[in-house]
Amino acid sequence: MSQSTRIATHESRSVTLLFIGVALVYLLLFLGLPLFAVFYQALSKGWGLYWAALQEADALSAIKLTLIASGIAVPCNLVFGIAAAWAIAKFEFKGKSLLITLIDLPFAVSPVVSGLVYVLLFGAQGWFGHWLQAHDIKLLFAVPGIVLATIFVTFPFIARELIPLMQAQGKEEEEAAVSLGASGWQTFTRVTLPNVKWGLLYGVILCNARAMGEFGAVSVVSGHIRGMTNTMPLHVEILYNEYNFVAAFAVASLLALLAVVTLLVKSLIEWQARRSGEPLHHGA
Amino acid sequence: MARSAASSTRVFTRFRAHSVLPGFNLAMGFTLLYLSLIVLVPLSALFFKTANLGWGGFFAVLGNDRVLASLRVTFLTSLAAAVINAFFGLIVAWVLVRYRFPGKRIIDALVDLPFALPTAVAGITLATLYAPHGWIGQYFAAQGIKIAYTPLGIVVALTFIGLPFVVRTVQPVLEDVEAGVEEAAASLGAGRWDVFRRVIFPAIYPALLTGFSLAFARAIGEYGSVIFIAGNMPYISEISPLLIVSKLEQYDYAGATAIAVIMLLISFALLFSINALQWWTSRRGVR
Repeated sequence: MSQSTRIATHESRSVTLLFIGVALVYLLLFLGLPLFAVFYQALSKGWGLYWAALQEADALSAIKLTLIASGIAVPCNLVFGIAAAWAIAKFEFKGKSLLITLIDLPFAVSPVVSGLVYVLLFGAQGWFGHWLQAHDIKLLFAVPGIVLATIFVTFPFIARELIPLMQAQGKEEEEAAVSLGASGWQTFTRVTLPNVKWGLLYGVILCNARAMGEFGAVSVVSGHIRGMTNTMPLHVEILYNEYNFVAAFAVASLLALLAVVTLLVKSLIEWQARRSGEPLHHGA
Repeated sequence: MARSAASSTRVFTRFRAHSVLPGFNLAMGFTLLYLSLIVLVPLSALFFKTANLGWGGFFAVLGNDRVLASLRVTFLTSLAAAVINAFFGLIVAWVLVRYRFPGKRIIDALVDLPFALPTAVAGITLATLYAPHGWIGQYFAAQGIKIAYTPLGIVVALTFIGLPFVVRTVQPVLEDVEAGVEEAAASLGAGRWDVFRRVIFPAIYPALLTGFSLAFARAIGEYGSVIFIAGNMPYISEISPLLIVSKLEQYDYAGATAIAVIMLLISFALLFSINALQWWTSRRGVR
């Protein structure tokens, strides 16, 4: 066979191996090794110190606060995501693309700036600072401020996932249900929700991962009061800066575990969605 | 009950023919209220605070050498990280779409790690790995190259957090490139490199640019992963978000706000160009 008949739709074997090699080295160096290092450092002085670090009172209160913050932020953004997706995907109105852009705004804002805006609102010199002080309400450097900052940074996650998904599915099924006599709530729970359940779950777990892991915004509004206003990422920072590396990586390993579980569940959802024919929107 | 609701919506459609579905007012009302309370009002506080500062005060903050240096560090390291991610991200996307190899599904899932791993965890881990005695840093230290606690360390952290963007934007587009077009080009005598350059690359170029911009935009605002590895030396390795935090800690709200507004304007400009890019891409896709 002459050389001209070899059609060039594939790379030569050596180029293929080179590309796979480069990709694997890059990913292992930047992703695999750091992930392994978190657990390695956490356990570097044995299980005893690891467990002790996790059972310390400040660590426990940081875990509790992280669970509270994400436990409030995720449901709030879930309700918002559903409402926004329903309004945007099922109805026609002017200014729709502007609304979608505004919903995306928190993604464009640096986490530090997200925290700063709440300081400007609720801080001692802020818009509502005097009023809050007069009524003895503490938002900033307290749990409510942390919850608010967490809601802000995770604001678009679920809406962004649901809007394109519900837009793609159109509204014929819902219109059929309504014209057959279903109420709005019945239409939503029995027609819309089953169609977007994987996308919804996808948005929720990504929202949760970010809510539990947020650092910059929470750091600005927290005030870093040990055992009071420290979330897990903030506790990691304090321990690290005190050169208490084993404890810092022990708490960090819990967050890394959360990340691994998130990736697993995410892959599982993608697989399930593909099987059931429900497309997922891969938002960044 | 249900029947009367349905008939009333049917009457309603005569006036507003565009939808028979209920719940618009409630859903839209809640959406706008929540959006305003959580996002719009707080963000507007930023601009009112700057307005109080006046143009003179605003430019006084901006003209400050340390502020300018921090903006330059932020911009250049973000750009470097986005370029690295564009290059390697393209290779990773290519490998994941075109080749089969053991462990591919795990590798594919791992690409999203930077989205799932808290930035502070990434920060302390990368700082430990790239420190002069760290697993990776020691090899560079032997060559006299210091990574952690220099601007190079910032680039490493920003490369980590921006890694998924290019891969995830290029991957689906690459999957859609039709094999038929490649075969046609190849059978007409084009070499593999020509096919890539003339057929495949033009198809994925907008996605690559979008991924690059997303990684760049994310890097500009990043804080958590950077501060542990940067060393945070003023004028050398101090990023703008960190300068905002230090100004806040000194109760210099005006200074912090002015820097924040500049960063916000840069982000908006990037967001705008990304949207324009996606609009352009989707129009090209229609043909």
